[in-house]
This record gives sequence, C-alpha cells and structure tokens, in this order.
Amino acid sequence: MEEVVDQSLREMRDTFASGRTRSVKWRKTQLEAIIEMVKDNEDKMCDVLFQDLGKHSTEAFRDELGFVMRSATTALNCLDKWVVPKKSNLPLLFYPSTGKVISEPYGTVLVLSSWNFPISLSLDPLIGAISAGNTVLLKASELSPNASAFLAKTIPSYLDNKAIKVIEGGPDVATILLKHQWDKIFFTGSPRIGKIIMAAAAEHLTPVTLELGGKCPTIVDHHSVSKDMKSVVKRISGGKWGSCSGQACISVDYVLVEKSFASSLIEMLKPMIRSFFGENPKESGCLSRIVNKKHFQRLARLLNDPGVQASIVYGGSMDEEKLYIEPTILLDPPLDSEIMNEEIFGPILPIITLRDIQESIGFIKSKPKPLAIYAFTKDENLKTRILSETSSGSVTFNDVMIQYMCDALPFGGVGESGIGRYHGKYSFECFSHEKAIMEGSLAMDLEARYPPWNSFKLTFLRLAFREAYFKLVLFMLGLKK
Amino acid sequence: MVKVFQAADATDLVTELRRSFDDGVTRGYEWRVTQLKKLLLICDNHEPEIVSALHDDLGKPELESSVYEVALLRNSINLAVKQLKDWMAPDKAKTSLTTFPASAEIVYEPLGVVLVISAWNYPFLLSIDPVIGAISAGNAVVLKPSELAPASSSLLAKLLEQYLDSSAVRVVEGAVTETTLLLEQKWDKIFYTGSSRIGRIIMMAAAKHLTPVVLELGGKSPVVIDSDTNLKITAKRIIAGKWGCNNGQACISPDYILTTKEFSPKVIDALKQELEAFYGKNPMESKDMSRIVNSNHFDRLSKMLEEKEVSDKIVYGGQKNRYKLKIAPTILVDVPLDSQIMSEEIFGPLLPIITLNNLEECFDVIRSRPKPLAAYLFTQNQKLKERFALTVSAGGIVVNDIAVHLAVPTLPFGGVGESGMGSYHGKFSFDAFSHKKAVLYKSFIGDAAIRYPPYSTGKLRLLKALVNSNILEIFRVISGLS
Repeated sequence: MEEVVDQSLREMRDTFASGRTRSVKWRKTQLEAIIEMVKDNEDKMCDVLFQDLGKHSTEAFRDELGFVMRSATTALNCLDKWVVPKKSNLPLLFYPSTGKVISEPYGTVLVLSSWNFPISLSLDPLIGAISAGNTVLLKASELSPNASAFLAKTIPSYLDNKAIKVIEGGPDVATILLKHQWDKIFFTGSPRIGKIIMAAAAEHLTPVTLELGGKCPTIVDHHSVSKDMKSVVKRISGGKWGSCSGQACISVDYVLVEKSFASSLIEMLKPMIRSFFGENPKESGCLSRIVNKKHFQRLARLLNDPGVQASIVYGGSMDEEKLYIEPTILLDPPLDSEIMNEEIFGPILPIITLRDIQESIGFIKSKPKPLAIYAFTKDENLKTRILSETSSGSVTFNDVMIQYMCDALPFGGVGESGIGRYHGKYSFECFSHEKAIMEGSLAMDLEARYPPWNSFKLTFLRLAFREAYFKLVLFMLGLKK
Repeated sequence: MVKVFQAADATDLVTELRRSFDDGVTRGYEWRVTQLKKLLLICDNHEPEIVSALHDDLGKPELESSVYEVALLRNSINLAVKQLKDWMAPDKAKTSLTTFPASAEIVYEPLGVVLVISAWNYPFLLSIDPVIGAISAGNAVVLKPSELAPASSSLLAKLLEQYLDSSAVRVVEGAVTETTLLLEQKWDKIFYTGSSRIGRIIMMAAAKHLTPVVLELGGKSPVVIDSDTNLKITAKRIIAGKWGCNNGQACISPDYILTTKEFSPKVIDALKQELEAFYGKNPMESKDMSRIVNSNHFDRLSKMLEEKEVSDKIVYGGQKNRYKLKIAPTILVDVPLDSQIMSEEIFGPLLPIITLNNLEECFDVIRSRPKPLAAYLFTQNQKLKERFALTVSAGGIVVNDIAVHLAVPTLPFGGVGESGMGSYHGKFSFDAFSHKKAVLYKSFIGDAAIRYPPYSTGKLRLLKALVNSNILEIFRVISGLS
C-alpha cells in the first residue's frame, strides 16, 4: 500500500508539473467525462447506493446523481469566467503599477470522502479540485464499500488516470496517506477525525477544508407559521427521514418548539411519516437503512437510555439484522442524555419544548456551532435574533436541507462544524491559491523611495502615503514645509 | 513587579473575553469604529515613541519606522473606518430554480475570540494590522507581540491598554511559556506571523480545537533579473527592498538573485554602485539601515558567511561587528546550492547571486524549492512576465519592483505551501476574521411533491427534468402543478 501511494503521488506530481491540468480544455474534458460517467452508470450507481445504504433510486438521484451532474454542469458553464484573473484597483500612490489576482491550483490534493453520500461527497469535491486545475487522489469511505469499489473501478475509465486517482480503504490507508505532503486536503466526516486530519496536515503546513457536522436544530415558531404548518411538518419530516434516514450532516437533528404546541406538532408528524412510508416503513423501500452494525448499535444505545426510552412518543422499533430503525419521535428526552449531546445521525427526532420560542436562541448557543440552523418563522424579530445571536455554518428560514442545493451559497461550517466551504464557485476557490500579481513600471522612478534618508524624503513619503496629493504638490513646489 | 502569566490566567483571559463577546460588546458598528479611531490616535499621538522603541529594538531608521510601520498602519485604519459599513453589509447571493422561490444572502459574522501572534521585525505593523482586521470584523482579540522586540512589545501593551476597550482587546507579553499557555486555549481563530517551523506548532495546537488559522510565514523570495531590464532602477529597487527594509529581515525580502552568467557582472556593478550611493563608502557607519536584531541571529548569519565554499564567494561587503550587531551589505556569487545560505531563509543583509547559463533555468531552480512568500522578476519581456506570473507558485508575484504589494490593500497578502495559508490586508483582513454565514430565506409557496417520499418513477422523471433544466417541465413541477 505504501508503494502504491508513493507511486500514485509521484505520478500525480509529474502530471501536475507537466502543466496538463492547467489547461481549461483539459479541465472541461474531465468535467464532461464526469457527467458522462454518471449518465452511463445511473443504474449501477443507484444499485450500489441501494446496496450500501438501502437508498431508493429517486432519493439517490435527487441527493447524489442529479446533484453531481448539476454541479459538474455549473462548473463547465462557469469555468471560463472563474479562471479569469481579477483586476485589482490600486491606490493612486502606486501609479502606474497594475495589480491582479490569479487563481492558481494548489497542486496535488487529497479528497477524503464520507459514507452517507458516497457518490456526491466524492465527486463534488473532485469537481472542485479538477475545475481549479489540480491533480487529485480520492479516498472513498470503506463504510460504503460498493460505492467505493464502483468509484475505484469506474473513474479510471472515464477520467485522466494519471491525474485523478482513486484509492480504497479504511483508517489504515488514511493514515498512510496523511503521512505524505499534500498541497490541500479536503475532508468530509466527523469533528473527531477532523482534528486528526488537521493535526496531520499541520506537519506539512497543508491547508485544509473540513466539512464536519453537529446537531442542526430546527426552530418551530408555531405562532407565526400556523397557516403553513402542514408545509412545516412536511419539510421537517422530509428533511429528517427522507434523506439517508437522518444520516446527513445537515439533517434536522432536533426540534425546538413551545410546550403548548408540542403535542399538536407530534400529532401532525405521525400521519406525515405514514404518508411517506406507509404503515410499515421497513417494507416501504423509501427509507434508507442504517449504514452498518456499528452505527446501528450506536443509535440503539442512544435510544436504550432509560430516560430516552421513556420519552418515545412514536416509533422506536429496531431490527438489527435489517439495520432498520423506525422513524422515531421523542418528546423531551433528558437534556444530559447522550442523544442530546452528540450528533444523532439517524432517524430519531427529539422534540425539545420551551416555555417561549425566544429561549431557542439560548439553547442553541449552549451547544457547539452546528453546520446549519433551521427556523420556521415569519417573525422578523426572531429571524434577526437568530441571525445575529447564533452562529452556524448556515441558516435556512422556512425549509430544511435545501441550502445544499443553492450553489450560489457557500457550504461549510464554523467552529466544531468545520473550516472552509465549497459548492459552485466556492469549490473552485477552495482548491485554488489566490495569487496576487503586481507589475511596476521601469520607466518612472521616485527618488524619495531610496536612501540615503533625509527629512525631505521623510515628509514626501509621509504625504504620499497619506494620499495627501495636494499637500504633496505644495511640498514639492516648496510651498509647504 | 511583573506578575507571572500562568495557565489559570490564560483561561481567565479567554473566559472574560468570551463573556464580553457573548454580551455583544464587539458586535456593533459603533464600537468597532471607535476602537479603530483609537488606534489612529495611537499613531497620531505616539509616533515618536514608536520610532524610538523600534530604534531600541532594531536600530530601525526613522523613515522606515515612520513610513513602513506607522504610515501603513494609518492607511490601514483609515481604509477600515471608511469601508466598514460596506464590509459589514450582507452580500446578496443568486438563487436558482431548484430552490425557487427563495432569496439568499451571505452574512458576515465575527468568529468570536481570536488570537494574534506577531513577529519581531515589524512589531507595530504586524501586531496592529491583524488587530485592525479582528476588530473590524467584530471580534474580541488577544495580541501576543514578539518578545524579541521588547521595547515595542512593552509599548504596544501600554498603548493598547490605555486606548482600547480592555474588556475585549488585550495584550499578553511573553515568550514561549506564555505563548504555549495561550495556545492551549480554545480560540475562534489564530493569526500567526513568523517562521514555518513555529507555524506548524501553531496549526497543530489549533487542530485540537478545530480552530482555523492564518499563517503568514516566509521563505526564500527569489529575484530573477533579465538582461533587458533597466539595470539602474532594478538595482535601486532591490537595494531599497532588501537593505532598506529592516536590513533584509523581512518576510518578503529579496533573498537571492537569479540571472545569467553573462549578465551577472553588470548586475553586481549596478548593485555596488547604488549601494554606495545609498549607504556611502562605509555602510557599517550608515544610520539608514536597521541592525541585526540580536546576537543569535547575528551568529546565524555569520555562520552562513563563514561556511566553506561560501566565504570565498563574497564579492562585496562581508564586514561584521558582533558588538554593534552589524553586518555590511554583502553580495556573494555562485555559492553552492546546498549551502546553508541557499537552504534556509536568509533574513539578513546577505544577497547571493546564482548565475545560470540560460535565464530559462530560473523556473527549475525556483520550482525545486519550497514555495516562497514572494517572487520577483525584472524584465521588459511580456512573454516572460506572463510565463512567470502563471507558472511560478508563490504567495505573491511582483514584476519590476520589490515588496510594494504589501502596501496595496486591494491585493490579498499571504503565502502558499511553506510560506503560509490565508491572506489579509484591506477587505481580506475583514474576511480573514469573519465567518461568511449562508442564509436562505424560503417561502411556503410551491412545495414540490417530488421532494418527498413515497418515491416513484414519475417523481424520478420530474427530478431529472429539473436537473436537465427542462424549463417548461421545471416550472410545472415546482409550482406544484405537475
């Protein structure tokens, strides 16, 4: 394995040094190839996602395949614009110098993907790395082995395999990879591993983007959205159970609602869940399963806490063999229980009641900064408070998850939920070094710039720097001291 | 009597600043502008003391202190005051059909409590400039100036305490012990200026808390000189950029020269001529250059000069005075590429010239070394300029001048690879200390059924239409009409 990594790195570095990946034409060819790969292999991709996670093909298309195709298409359409150097306006003091900023690829980058959206969380960063002109090594997650194998087998036959490589494996492979020097590391996963990645990157001063997670709260201000409550409930349900069964970094983790409305909310959630998954969600085919036994056991442990068990108001059934956990609703589980202190990443929805919805601000602030905050409210005051008093990667009002689809918005965390961002143009920037270029003129020269120093030059420069040009002129004419 | 800074002090400090931040002290526009204006007052009222401290610490000439530290700071503050409202305003973001109907924006929010660790060579500039960014962005900030410039450190502590809001802006003086204690705390951002070696330690400490960092490091900034250049101006600019900027002790100092064997003698002559014009026949006596900061660095530089195969390559200068911590402007030609002087950042008044058979070779030489903070090229050849700008990877590139890009607030200033990560100056400073929060405002109109289970092939078809931007189909779908 060490040798494979060494050789791959060497080849990718040579490829980068050759300049091939710098050409816009090469980048576009790769992006087109990605689109083609997805189109040609739609069925296979849906198949591996079903094998790894029990994803329905519609969910697979919506969250992964379709997303990747759109992302690649956007990059294709915008690349010519993105690669154009940005002109900078220079202060008059520097005339006639000119300045601009060029986006330059970092070089050879490492993308470490995750298991819950193994296609999109692999290909989307890849799209960014390629658009920016890098060579890239992708390590897919071993916890989604079919998707990982598919990518390892299929990418080389579509993309330039001296520039874009795929490696399979788990923590042991990751450890080997992290010993090497990369020009950028892009990681999607848990905060715990994020810290390990960043520490490893520190050895080589490698910049990182860490897309992590957290507990994404959902505020339901029932006073102001009562007319649209059905929509609210639908969106929350879709956001919790409709996307990888709650195993998403931007999943609705828990709901905050006023005590007086809690039972009404629950009574609306129940039929909504049934409308999505029928009377027997296990057989519906529309609910993803838990990824593996380890995560199943983790979730079972969260649920089996006596205080948590007592709070179950809907669902709660589990089937370890089928890695199935029923869409479950909890009402006010103990706040110090594990389920309220770690990212759930599963189909269990705690509803936390408050006396007054305004308290949701303080509640959210007491926890690490999440990747997203969702708030169903039309109260402008509450909206302002949420925006200015809480901190999160993003805030979405009156919907959930959908910010992921808006590629004009940067997607990334803050604090425990991550460092850096991507999507759309931000993906391109994520994998680029913004290099400043300044050009001076050899035709004009200012004596005052050079030693030996004297008080004339000092005054001149002081005035020049202050851009006090009129005073400067007076000074030069001897009309000012 | 100076109280010893201990672990509990570090914890208390961060706790206190966090409380101030949570209370909203630093968030408002008024507070930020007031603090910035107070920094301006420091520049206005205390320039002589600053010049004096810099002279004590570094032997820095008054002009360098006044122009390259105070004047640059003044500009930086004025720009921030002028632009702050603009910078603080959210950016509108375009939404697409898939999220219709929605509006989106990016809101700038402070990160919280940040740590700025500064360097000794431009102690005022490199302390206050990042602090300007931190304050503009609405953070509470702790500044740790370098202990290797003690007079400056002490003056900074005194002035910042006197003028700024100490519930949110503090200075901690000290060395390795204090820095280590500070690094154990959880910060919302760490901004470090210094060496690559320490940069690694900083990032490693930051990793424990997932703290984002800006590392402004260094490297060997090469200067490529083409034979078609105006040699007189080239020489003057190199000298002013090297010995005229803290005597070569600057992160973007021209470190070494690359030129052809043929052109090299002319380069050396031009440099000698202009060096004499600037510093006289006895540069050791000139008051227009900083001294070497301390005996450690003096010894480091001496060792470089004394290395076998290097000492005999000196073509100008070479005089040293350890007592006065002075080394004359020294030029060397074709020292071995694996010598100390060509392996580490010089950070001093020594300038090696490496000659090439062909100027083309400069690309390989530069590429074979760690990426520097700056790379310079003197030429009139348009093609060479373009190729250089495109293929030389460095923090920043300057053609036909030296170091000036540092003073341009509209260019991001930062490194890449070994020379650092992140950037600042102008709005980039504000951005460096902000979190750009994505905000999506969605309405309740139009809830596409295709978003939700139960899934069907029909829904799949519609989704595909959306992705393939089949406009007619899309409108029908998202308006819930399909």
